Amino acid sequence: MTTEPIIELTDVRKVYRTGAVQVEALRGVSLTVDEGEYVAVVGPSGSGKSTLMHILGCLDVATSGSYRLAGEDVAQMDEEELADVRNRRIGFVFQQFNLLPGLTALRNVELPLVYAGLGREERRARAAAALARVGLDDRLDHRPGELSGGQQQRVAVARALVTEPAMILADEPTGNLDSHATRDVLALLDELCAAGRTIVLITHEADVAARARRTVRVLDGLVQEAGQPSGALVKVLG
Amino acid sequence: MNWSETLRTGLEAVRAHRLRSGLTVLGILIGIATVVVAVGLGQGAKTSVNESISALGSNLLIVSPGSTTSSSGVRGGLGSASTLTVGDADALASTTAAPDVEAVAPTVSGSLEIDNGSTNWTTSVVGTTKQWLAVRGRTMAAGSFLTAADQKKAATAIVLGPTTAQELFGRAEFAVGQSVTIDSTSFTVAGVLASAGSDSSSNLDDTALVPLTTYVQRLSTSSSRSSLSSVYVAARSNSAISAAYQEIDAILLARHSITSSSDADFTITTQDSLLSTADSVSSTLTILLGGIAALSLLVGGIGVMNIMLVSVSERTREIGLRKALGATPVLIRRQFLVEASVLGLVGGLLGAALGVGGAHVIPHFISDDITVSSSAVIGAIAVAVAIGLIFGVYPATRAARLAPIDALRSE
Repeated sequence: MTTEPIIELTDVRKVYRTGAVQVEALRGVSLTVDEGEYVAVVGPSGSGKSTLMHILGCLDVATSGSYRLAGEDVAQMDEEELADVRNRRIGFVFQQFNLLPGLTALRNVELPLVYAGLGREERRARAAAALARVGLDDRLDHRPGELSGGQQQRVAVARALVTEPAMILADEPTGNLDSHATRDVLALLDELCAAGRTIVLITHEADVAARARRTVRVLDGLVQEAGQPSGALVKVLG
Repeated sequence: MNWSETLRTGLEAVRAHRLRSGLTVLGILIGIATVVVAVGLGQGAKTSVNESISALGSNLLIVSPGSTTSSSGVRGGLGSASTLTVGDADALASTTAAPDVEAVAPTVSGSLEIDNGSTNWTTSVVGTTKQWLAVRGRTMAAGSFLTAADQKKAATAIVLGPTTAQELFGRAEFAVGQSVTIDSTSFTVAGVLASAGSDSSSNLDDTALVPLTTYVQRLSTSSSRSSLSSVYVAARSNSAISAAYQEIDAILLARHSITSSSDADFTITTQDSLLSTADSVSSTLTILLGGIAALSLLVGGIGVMNIMLVSVSERTREIGLRKALGATPVLIRRQFLVEASVLGLVGGLLGAALGVGGAHVIPHFISDDITVSSSAVIGAIAVAVAIGLIFGVYPATRAARLAPIDALRSE
């Protein structure tokens, strides 16, 4: 690959201190994701999967190790800079959708652009285009309460898309959806991948992970590429 | 994110939680309305007191017996309750010693019962001379005032105030020529005063006047028959008041053989001194009422803080989401501050409106006037916004400090 990787984690460790107890959630994780990849991160609860997702999403910083996101070193950034990186580089899709109930679909999708400081006209145009992209151009003025779960998650995907981020980080995006809506949203992610978007999908469901082209397994604070020989795991551990 | 977007976000949040916002606004609203009405009451009291003092007559000086000093309280003359005599009043009327004095009206007064045979009425009965009418700046509505002849022969003539005449005879015109009895002495009504025409709380219209000599001979209960309740002195003009003051002071000090005016056994009151006393009294009133109102604003402000803190913990998830989408701590803090000040502003506007409305309605139920100045209203609104801001700082800072992951995780 000649292009620079989107994600480049090198020996990332994360230690939580709760009083006298120290928990090492990540114990030296290295991971590279190239542009246009569709990666599923799987693992049981307590494996460090959530911690990895937080660090990938710049919602938290590593205790040690380096993290380059689209060429930028984000490991040592302060809160203001991280907020800016999240805004420009990452589109989040959450299990709980996390739409603001008081705002219309259009206004919800506009939010990241508001924080990016764009003017009203451009915001509206881009938010409407993103909603059209997820097939909701007839639902612009609906509030989340007036939409089905699948539609709400599609609004959230539109919100993740609208800033043209380097990566879409989806945390259990189908965890709260029925099978029909799950198919719906996964098909949408497939489409986005086909259009060249980089997608990192965190899930514990095997059939959801199977949609991705590459699966990364997290266990006891370490990562293991699925299908790799066990020798590779030994190498990572070493 | 620019300010208009921040404002819009704040308004969206206020609208999204209507009940809670409404209750918070109510706290501020009551505080601001109280401030507007309280300050208005204070200023209204000041205005009406000043008006009543002006109604006393513009060139008036009042000499009363006794004096107050800072060290010894009330000072009276040796061995008598009252040190002002008819002789003192006569001396003040001297044109050579007191060229700036226009007229002098000595008075003795007491609260007495007046009987017309069928009804009786208790009022302030004043013994005085014919000068009283001019000195007090009053006019007659019917009949005539007491004369020098009445004074000389201690006639049993009486002049009634309009309220007194109304109480005893139904209508003022009917009173003239009728007779009334005070303390078993029969008096003939010579005339009725015109109303002093002010809405003051002092009863200028409820009074009765008899010749000083008659009062002293027939009505006085005092042991020293020559002592006076007070002496009203009219200066030649408004500008002669301070000269008249000096002359009165000098004459009375000489007559009472007192060397220093700080030892004086009498007090001279001018309208200026009354006005400044009244001013200080109503300022105290305004401060007191304003203090109470400020307390209710403080309570309102704590209400804002309370609600904003509830709002922050209830919206932890929203804050986390906004942070995930790129909101910096500064923006989050600003959003909550704007929300708090919007609550303050709305409360301030509604409170000011309620206060102004109250200022129009309340005077129908109480006798006092409420004066609402536009500066007080604008000030109150500004204070309301400031309260929102100040009491919003702590909750806003809490919101800004939330870690995005903790916020997103909360249920």
